[in-house]
Amino acid sequence: METTNLATKLKLEIVTPYGTVFSEEVDEVIASGSEGEFGVLPNHIPFLTTLKIGMLIYKKGSETGYFFVNWGYAEVGPDKVLILADSAERSDSIDVQRALEAKKRAEERLKQAEKYDHARATAALDRAIARIQVAEKK
Amino acid sequence: MATLRDIKRRITAVKNTKQITKAMKMVAASKLRKAQTKMLEMRPYADKMNEIIAGMSGDGEGLHPLLVQRPRRTVEVVVITSDRGLCGAFNTNILKTAERLIKKYKEENFNISISVVGKKAFDYFKRRNIPIRNSWLGLSGKMTYADVQKVANDIIESYINETVDEVFIVYNKFKSVIAQETQAAKLLPLSEAESAVETGTASTVFIYEPSREEIFNQLLPKNIEVQVYRALLESQASEEGARMSAMENATKNADEMISKLTLQYNKARQASITKELMDIVGGVEALKE
Repeated sequence: METTNLATKLKLEIVTPYGTVFSEEVDEVIASGSEGEFGVLPNHIPFLTTLKIGMLIYKKGSETGYFFVNWGYAEVGPDKVLILADSAERSDSIDVQRALEAKKRAEERLKQAEKYDHARATAALDRAIARIQVAEKK
Repeated sequence: MATLRDIKRRITAVKNTKQITKAMKMVAASKLRKAQTKMLEMRPYADKMNEIIAGMSGDGEGLHPLLVQRPRRTVEVVVITSDRGLCGAFNTNILKTAERLIKKYKEENFNISISVVGKKAFDYFKRRNIPIRNSWLGLSGKMTYADVQKVANDIIESYINETVDEVFIVYNKFKSVIAQETQAAKLLPLSEAESAVETGTASTVFIYEPSREEIFNQLLPKNIEVQVYRALLESQASEEGARMSAMENATKNADEMISKLTLQYNKARQASITKELMDIVGGVEALKE
């Protein structure tokens, strides 16, 4: 095995159709995969998963960062984590007011099930809740 | 010789044209800014998506209809041009590249199938009585993601039902505001050999969650969408860039023409004054005698 050149850092890249949101070397990444949360340390085995709406956490020394991730894919290699998300926001750039409003709207819509598309309303609610959770972390 | 009035009329005409080209340049510049931002934002996403696909396609030979390699019989060429003209050699370059590609595959005895985006390509092939499989017109400027999905789905469908066996997409890649580069990129099939060369990661074996099939089913069609979207965005930014520089040239030419005509006008005016003076002097001389 290649014990000689073990990676000690992870290159975390978060890319969305609206540009690269984040690209830095970090120590640890925790993300919400479609099958549950997973953590990545350097020298992870190659891993490809879909991401659901949720939180992404990275640790870099004593610094911890939080992101809201809206669907996407994650490709994990020994020295990198590549996130391709439909959209992603850093915890401090989230508009909490807007998320709260979206949450209220989605809940209303879920109550009137016959009038609105259930799947869309559920997704909107998930997004709003995840945004609020991530925003609280800053 | 042109009379004073003729020259004056021409100057006015050129001035009017100049005003139009100048306005068009401004419009193109503002559209360019929008298109360019969108395109630059999309680029890393499309590149990374390609990277992932390249890495995993070696891992799933034949697992998904889009990964199946089969003998090539029909080659599809998707040509992306603009709907409107007045953008320099933008469309000519694309059509030339497409024509070259088509010729090459014809000589190798493949069937050719053509899809077009943009009115200019549509008119071009129609004029030459070349059958067009499918066409999308009126996208530039007001393209939505739903439009992109329509184009991508059509390509995916015709590949899966074996109407076409290989797909190229020909578009203008945005290099800078004044420079575009025609690209003929292979969209399908995703071949293992090429992807291995590109990234050197083809040998990686991934763990997949939820499952390999699931991920392939989602990611492969999505990748086609993303790549088509990217090509369309590049093309639009290039189009506005090409139009902007074409209009700037036109404005410059108009300026040159105006100064030339003004010179001519002044010369003619002077000549006519001189002539009149001579007439008067001649008349006075005649009266003296």
